[in-house]
Amino acid sequence: MWLFLATEVLLFGGLFVGFALAQSAHPLAFVEAHHHLDKTLGALNTVVLLFSSFTMVMAVHFTKTNERRKAVLCLFVTLACAAAFLVVKYFEYSHKFHEGLLPGMFYRHVGDTVPNQFIFFSFYFMMTGLHGLHILGGMAAITWIIIRSLRGDFSSVYYGPVDFVGLYWHLVDLIWIYLFPLLYLIR
Amino acid sequence: MSAHATTNAGTTTSAHTEEHLLHDHMHGGPKLYGAVLAVLLVLTAITVSASRIDVGSNLLNVVIAMLIASIKGSLVALFFMHLKWDRAINRVIFCTSLFFLALFLIACYTDVQARPPLEPTNLKAAPAAVGSGLQTAPGQLAPIPGHGPEGAASPSGGGPAIPGAAQQGSYGGAATGTHAPPVAPPSK
Repeated sequence: MWLFLATEVLLFGGLFVGFALAQSAHPLAFVEAHHHLDKTLGALNTVVLLFSSFTMVMAVHFTKTNERRKAVLCLFVTLACAAAFLVVKYFEYSHKFHEGLLPGMFYRHVGDTVPNQFIFFSFYFMMTGLHGLHILGGMAAITWIIIRSLRGDFSSVYYGPVDFVGLYWHLVDLIWIYLFPLLYLIR
Repeated sequence: MSAHATTNAGTTTSAHTEEHLLHDHMHGGPKLYGAVLAVLLVLTAITVSASRIDVGSNLLNVVIAMLIASIKGSLVALFFMHLKWDRAINRVIFCTSLFFLALFLIACYTDVQARPPLEPTNLKAAPAAVGSGLQTAPGQLAPIPGHGPEGAASPSGGGPAIPGAAQQGSYGGAATGTHAPPVAPPSK
């Protein structure tokens, strides 16, 4: 499982390196472009995701202590947080589509004073999009864990799948911890 | 991790394994996790408010933000992901991936910084050079700060603000796929 997480780190790592290089080449465009992002929504999503990580680890804990009811409840809260994250993300995306703040050649925003902002949005959509797909994957995995928990598959002696899905979910959270300041808070 | 119990399977008796599992249960716990969550939320508030303060340089701001993010990341990895109590091999795997990521970042960054600035001719021959968002990247990564299109266009005023014009008009237009001859860089 940790080997898989390492590959995930490197998958996103490539994007982070690309972002750093593009940012150093176009500092003005990146600063200007990030003003189009809503810091409040970004911070809200950070809190949602951190909280979901907490409920996930609680689910693992309750599975280990054979408190299945509490574990399933925690998993449901985690799932709800993931859905909330995607709903917020949907509003952010639709706002950007509306404004024409789109990646690469699709960029249609008018009235810019600083050129090349489309590069920022190429990275923005690539990184948050890939992260969003990971959230979707996580939701599928958590649903699977909920079903198996309800079936009574897990106990203090067998909780591997819950643990592994938890690890994956924390990594998705971990990536967002870096994405949020990079995309929303640079200046 | 459940694999905890399977280590040293040859030498450990099953009683020992059970003990390991029970021991595993005692790590963490709601109180500790709640405390970690509280610290994470506080750090999030700090990083948001820190981004509003002008500390003098953009680089310093990024460094501060990344430091706070790394503290948060460490908390998540150590406590939520149980790395603090996990087998050493998992720490090694995770840290190795981070090490190579750092190597990747440093090598690419210093390489780009050490090169003479390349004039971003592909930005001027916009419709041909831009196939998709990602394809534009390599050519545009080259210029170093101050020599990029923003820096080149704004201070002189002599060179026409080509990137801006290209971006406003022709990027939205057709990407023909053919390569237009590169336009000569504006004289500085």
